[in-house]
Amino acid sequence: MTIAFGLLRRILNACLLLAIVVTLNFTLIHAAPGDPAEVIAGEMGGATAEILAEIRARYGLDQPFTVQLGAYFGRIIQGDFGYSFYFNEPVLSLILQRLPATLLLVSAALGLSVIVGVVMGVISARRPRHIFSHIVTAISLAGYSAPVFWTGLMLLLLFASLWPIFPTSGMSRVAASYGPFGYVLDVAHHLILPAATLAIVYVAQYSRLSRTAMIDALDADYVRTARAKGLGEGRVVFKHALRNALIPVVTVVGLQFGQLFAGAVLVETVYAWPGMGRLVYESILRRDYPTLLGVLFFSAVLVMAVNILTDLVYRLIDPRIRTGG
Amino acid sequence: MRILKTAAIAAMTAWLTAGTAVAEPKPGGELVIASSQVPRHFNGAVQSGIATAVASTQIFASPLRFDDQWNPQPYLARSWEVAPDGLSVTLHLVENAVFHDGKPVTSEDVAFSIGVIKANHPFQTMLAPVDTVETPDAHTVVIRLSKPHPALLLAMSPPLMPILPKHIYGDGQDVKSHPANLAPVGSGPFKLTEYKQGEYFVLEKFDKYFMPGRPYLDRIVTRIVPDENNRLIMLERGETGMLSYVSGVREIMRMKKMDNVEATAKGYDAIGPINWLAFNTGKPPLDNVKVRKAIAHAVDRGFILDKLMGGTATPALTPIMPGTPFYTDDVERYPYDPAAAEALLDEAGFPKKDDGSRFTLTIDYIPNSNDQQRNLAEYIRPQLAKVGITVVVRAAPDFPTWAQRVGSHDFDLTMDQVFNWADPVIGVDRTYLSSNIRKGIIWSNTQQYKNARVDEILAQAASEMDVEKRKALYAEFQKIVVDEVPILYVNAIPYHSAFDKRLRNTPTTIWGPSSPMDEMYWDK
Repeated sequence: MTIAFGLLRRILNACLLLAIVVTLNFTLIHAAPGDPAEVIAGEMGGATAEILAEIRARYGLDQPFTVQLGAYFGRIIQGDFGYSFYFNEPVLSLILQRLPATLLLVSAALGLSVIVGVVMGVISARRPRHIFSHIVTAISLAGYSAPVFWTGLMLLLLFASLWPIFPTSGMSRVAASYGPFGYVLDVAHHLILPAATLAIVYVAQYSRLSRTAMIDALDADYVRTARAKGLGEGRVVFKHALRNALIPVVTVVGLQFGQLFAGAVLVETVYAWPGMGRLVYESILRRDYPTLLGVLFFSAVLVMAVNILTDLVYRLIDPRIRTGG
Repeated sequence: MRILKTAAIAAMTAWLTAGTAVAEPKPGGELVIASSQVPRHFNGAVQSGIATAVASTQIFASPLRFDDQWNPQPYLARSWEVAPDGLSVTLHLVENAVFHDGKPVTSEDVAFSIGVIKANHPFQTMLAPVDTVETPDAHTVVIRLSKPHPALLLAMSPPLMPILPKHIYGDGQDVKSHPANLAPVGSGPFKLTEYKQGEYFVLEKFDKYFMPGRPYLDRIVTRIVPDENNRLIMLERGETGMLSYVSGVREIMRMKKMDNVEATAKGYDAIGPINWLAFNTGKPPLDNVKVRKAIAHAVDRGFILDKLMGGTATPALTPIMPGTPFYTDDVERYPYDPAAAEALLDEAGFPKKDDGSRFTLTIDYIPNSNDQQRNLAEYIRPQLAKVGITVVVRAAPDFPTWAQRVGSHDFDLTMDQVFNWADPVIGVDRTYLSSNIRKGIIWSNTQQYKNARVDEILAQAASEMDVEKRKALYAEFQKIVVDEVPILYVNAIPYHSAFDKRLRNTPTTIWGPSSPMDEMYWDK
């Protein structure tokens, strides 16, 4: 009962927050200088005043701000995210085409960085002064400090140019004929470099985080108790210590989901990955308001959903935590 | 003896190579193009720009096409006549052309397309003199004009006049947002079979294409790859056989060094891209021609070309591009001369103040084009400081911000890139006609330049059918405009294409990559 009620409350809160986010986005975008009608005209190679007026009228750009905002809310509620005047397609269909690619990229990167990071953290926590521990710290710090686009270019040069074992760009071979299984393999092959690029940055954080949490946990009373009970070292480390050490990691995963979205913009551009990050970038450059707002809306929904999900995972790991109750 | 033998072998090789050059084209194969640009859609009748043009010219045929010497060639029109008074043009269409859906291409489609382009294309001067289009029979089109229009034949080029099927576009929906723009049906050599938004699109050979035996390629796949390093790696690895419209200096140099690739600057004559420094002549002190001349003398264009562009670009001296029929280099050159610049500024009444500065100007540039735009703005700042002009570089975060500033005449100096579009009537007049000073519109006469004689010359040249007389008019125009410096022309944008060396008949006509690639084939 409390879980369901708590969840409902969180969802209602999220909706309110979403409305604020939409209003803020809308205001900010409209406050930016530059007229989308001029961009369209520019892309067409210059235009007459009549064409400009026609473009403004067609997309409602000639209406007062509050009317535009009100109309936008009205349409969102009906599931209509407008029409992209740059791409000539409904925004919803654009986003639905691009969303899976980004979700795949971001979750692969997140999964990779959590697994590698936690494993590195656990190993180095077990022997904090061992040489391996220092190497792990050095590598992860280097990965954390390097800008994403630079790491991307370096991996690209290494594994696509000098030692070409991975494809340079895209998500799959174009129109290749293979079965569904072949397709999955092909996408996985294309996924490795971009996901690794994005993951490298976050491995450092997870390894350091889980290392500290592990050291704390291994020092705690209940671990000592567990050892005193005569439990095996494996059980002590994984069942007792790691489980507790994972709580801060889960918090950070929830928080970082949003950051990963931001990182995806760069990675998707370097590797021509057809995801939402590039859609954001292209629509910012073109002042494609409807697309930009749509993407921001969906990103906000995703981040909020992940936050709610994180709370649920907390409860699973540690029943003492009560969320939203 | 040995020399003779070598010569004989050389001659033999030359003969053999010549033999392969005229060999029968080999049909088949796939060409992958890596492109930085996402096309808005594929209908070049209502959309200009490279992203659409390269695809649109493969999908849609046009009445005429052009060779690399500016000569019109038959395409959908097998022949054509211009009336002696220049007031009508008659096209005789081929009879075997069909659209990708199997319906024949008729004079109705041509008349319909001309109407659509006249009403919707951003280049308003291109078809403005067209009064009516008559269709006496299914394969004859008579275009009647309100005045002679020398640019009309060039306006019938593949990137400017795609022939749309009336039976699809004539359904009453707005052509600009017609669903068929993303699922186009044309009569060109290739048809669009797959489009993955932002990822790639596939053009397949059209087997009922009206030019016998063509096209030779089975498929053209265009992959959208925004990162330039990635495109170059693809080229190096042979993953792409063609890159076009490359203007980055480092990229051009890297392409030229690749063994498997032929890099060429040919194919951009008609686009006629100029990189220039524009002055807001409506605003003091730039309303003073002496100040503009002084700035022209203070900027070392030789340094820009040799050092900043690394010798990849050619100079531009006038509003019209070298290599085009109406170009003249008989104009003022403004050699680099800081002393002359200082003298002119003193004369204009802007003496140096105690701090060494005469006045302050801002300079804008189009973002995302470092080699052609940002670097020049950054270079001009210290150059002008030397003659006592303080320059503040105003970076714009994105294209709309820049376009808004320049379009609304809120600038002093700006770098800009503007295309000639084949004929002065189409792409040059707009920058200089006083009637085209229109606030809020980018690439109009944003310099606010007014000269009654220029207006007169351009109007005359726009309806003068005699090429020699037109040449004389444009020569006078170039002389006046360069003399009054509303714009300091810097360089021809060094657009380059790169082709896999095994490709033959690569598109190097005046329209280059924006022309039908129905003759290209793989020799491998």
